[in-house]
Amino acid sequence: MKQPFPFSAIVGQDEMKLAMILTAIDHSIGGVLVFGDRGTGKSTAVRALANLLPPIRAVKGCPINSPAAEDVPDWAGLSNHTMGEQQTPVVDLPLGASEDRVTGALDIEKALTKGEKAFEPGLLARANRGYLYIDEVNLLEDHIVDLLLDVAQSGENLVEREGLSIRHPARFVLVGSGNPEEGELRPQLLDRFGLSLDVRTPTDIDTRIEVIRRRDAFENDNAAFLLRWQAEDAAVRDQILAARENIKTLASGESVLRDVAELCLALGSDGLRGELTLLKAARAYCAWSGNTTLKRDHVRAVAPMALRHRLRRDPLDDSGSTARVERVLVDVLG
Amino acid sequence: MSSADAPDAYHNGLICIQLVRDDPSLGGLICRGRPGPVRDALLARLPKSTRRIHPAMDETALFGGMDVTATLTKGRLVATQGIANSGAPLLLTMADRMTRGTALRILTATEGKTPIFAVDESDLEDDTFPSVFAERLAFRIDLTDLSMRDITHVPKLPTPTGQIEVADAIVLLAQISANLGIDSLRAPDFALRAARALARLRGARTLDEVDVTFAAELVFAHRATRLPTPQETDQPEPPDNQSHDGDESDDTDALGPLEDRIVEAVKAAIPAGLLMLSSKKLSKGAAGSGTGQAKRSNRRGRPIAPKAGRPSSEARLDVVATLRAAAPFQRLRRGPKLDGRVKIRPDDLRIKRFEERSDRLVVFAVDASGSAAMGRLAEAKGAVELLLADAYARRDHVSLLSFRGTEAEVLLPSTRSLVLTKRRLSALPGGGGTPLAAGLQSALLQAITARRRGMTPTICVLTDGRANVALDGAGNRPRAAQDAHDIAKLILSEGIDTVIIDTGQRPESQLRTLASVMNATYVSLPRAQASSISNAVTAGLNATS
Repeated sequence: MKQPFPFSAIVGQDEMKLAMILTAIDHSIGGVLVFGDRGTGKSTAVRALANLLPPIRAVKGCPINSPAAEDVPDWAGLSNHTMGEQQTPVVDLPLGASEDRVTGALDIEKALTKGEKAFEPGLLARANRGYLYIDEVNLLEDHIVDLLLDVAQSGENLVEREGLSIRHPARFVLVGSGNPEEGELRPQLLDRFGLSLDVRTPTDIDTRIEVIRRRDAFENDNAAFLLRWQAEDAAVRDQILAARENIKTLASGESVLRDVAELCLALGSDGLRGELTLLKAARAYCAWSGNTTLKRDHVRAVAPMALRHRLRRDPLDDSGSTARVERVLVDVLG
Repeated sequence: MSSADAPDAYHNGLICIQLVRDDPSLGGLICRGRPGPVRDALLARLPKSTRRIHPAMDETALFGGMDVTATLTKGRLVATQGIANSGAPLLLTMADRMTRGTALRILTATEGKTPIFAVDESDLEDDTFPSVFAERLAFRIDLTDLSMRDITHVPKLPTPTGQIEVADAIVLLAQISANLGIDSLRAPDFALRAARALARLRGARTLDEVDVTFAAELVFAHRATRLPTPQETDQPEPPDNQSHDGDESDDTDALGPLEDRIVEAVKAAIPAGLLMLSSKKLSKGAAGSGTGQAKRSNRRGRPIAPKAGRPSSEARLDVVATLRAAAPFQRLRRGPKLDGRVKIRPDDLRIKRFEERSDRLVVFAVDASGSAAMGRLAEAKGAVELLLADAYARRDHVSLLSFRGTEAEVLLPSTRSLVLTKRRLSALPGGGGTPLAAGLQSALLQAITARRRGMTPTICVLTDGRANVALDGAGNRPRAAQDAHDIAKLILSEGIDTVIIDTGQRPESQLRTLASVMNATYVSLPRAQASSISNAVTAGLNATS
């Protein structure tokens, strides 16, 4: 398997990289939605992230990557519970995937060859404790979307079909990407993503040149290129690990909470999910930048990505939701 | 390379095939054109190992799975390898009939490993070709209108003119792609790879200017969204072998003439009408969002004839049809001994098919302003009533809104109740200004909401088109017209079918323009009877649906 493109070598797209790092620090932020043009490095970033993240400890061969021997489900049929380190799973959910493949279903092979009723785990099982990546999420079929929503909310996949009744944990960070020109996402699903971003292709010619230069170096001088960026990736990884420690002791002051609430109120975002995500993202950002106290600036930095997809849609406001969030930011936080 | 001695598409196709064989990360080649000798000739030049995929292939065949028949007969698990994973180059016939999802999965399965040759037989007008191919496959050639007489059978690589550094080539390709309005960064990346592959084909170790030029032509021409803006460098026409002038200090300046030549070559290769098309495609992007109209389904909807096939997660077994298919052969298969069992062979298996038809919603937006009321409100009401009867017969949903004074009012959200709609309609008062923009906006919102619920919305506007109230309620003709225009653009971008019925005494040119902005069917009905309005709208609706 060829090494993916290094995360730190991705030119520009700082907001996208930051958002992914924040979810790596705190999984409960709940997913990243990347909307943007084609060929902006969305998929590259997701695949690079998998390589960047610190490995997880899991029972070897466990279909749901269980963290401890007692968590391994019976249906997995594992007799040997040795622990091992493995890469954080990043699972692709292809657009045409059937419900069976997503949730898992009766293992027809076993049913036919051995006459056993066995469970064949699906993509959700494999994505447990990792990332579930959906390219073109806005074109996903409705019944799959409903299913994902349900699982993402409960953190548990429940399969009731073909005489099987199985539940297993399915906690994952949902990463979706898509091109808004090809269809919109339902508000219910939008809301479920913690952070959302608009990525644009860089129009600056020098940036574009740099992108292609690195891509070319990656292709044609692979070893040297990977070596060159390995150290940077390692630094990012260490910083993520440090931030994960950092965030545990981080206090959220009264004034920051008030800021967060006022911001969401002024923007009229529905429900409390906006506040919670904003706070979590701000805390992760604070920990990431190595600070020990949560400040207004941290909230300001992550507010656009945490809130821009939670506004009520106004079909006539051309200014776009990013501009609206920024306007309110200035009004509320000064 | 000037356009006069430009090689034909067939020739380029041959080169592209060699290039993608050399570097599979180029993705592949899209070949546009109807079946014919030229296309056959080109496809005959594909690598011998190429495997063919047609759009109706099921998941197991494509991506592998269990071979049910072999497993049952041998009593042990026999797995098949999917064609997409087989590592062979793939030929996708009728790629335009392929669903996005399948297309994406095939692309993901092969990415960078094996080339894909996708045949696109669609008409440009009803462009159904999965756009992911256009994005992720480097090349595209158009064989339409090419006859066997015109083609060059032996590919000829351009003769080198002068060496170029990779770093310079990168700068050039990035600039040119930006200049042609190509947003995606895959394009310059592909072009660079193609240039390298071209150099390898020539047997050279270094890049040459012609490699870059030809690669740019092959990759950029069909991706361009605008004609290049002229360079501000107003250098005189350079002499023939100027490639190493050496008197210019700045590196990028020295590349200026070469860049111009490449841009010229790409420009010459841009297919006619493509630029226009790409802008059109952009504006109607939402139309392909997947909801609406009739779709074949294996799970729900009205049953249609079963077809032969293997049951899978996507397809359910139709037991009755399977038995029926097996019945005629029972005596033959059973042989002499009678054991009372039905012998079913894999060929007998039939799977269920359903047709799912999403409900249609007709949003009626009726102008009840003073100007309309004076003339034809009663007639318009009559027309709507007739349309309602039609809608009822087709089990369409209807929703009704009117606009007058300063705002639009939803009289009836989406319903199937004919009686209720009629009652509301007859009680509809008239008078006041014409807030056309507000009416359109309200209709658009209704349509979007309906689409989210899986319906196929159509908007039907009855107005005399004399918009004189702006969106914010101010009586201001120019602004009112501008607002209406803006919303019309929104309707277009949402891809919602619209019919506009001009109820004025004389056809209103403004309204006609507005209709063309949102790509709507425009029907002008001076002095028409309610029944003829109804006919026109039904025709309009049928034309659009």
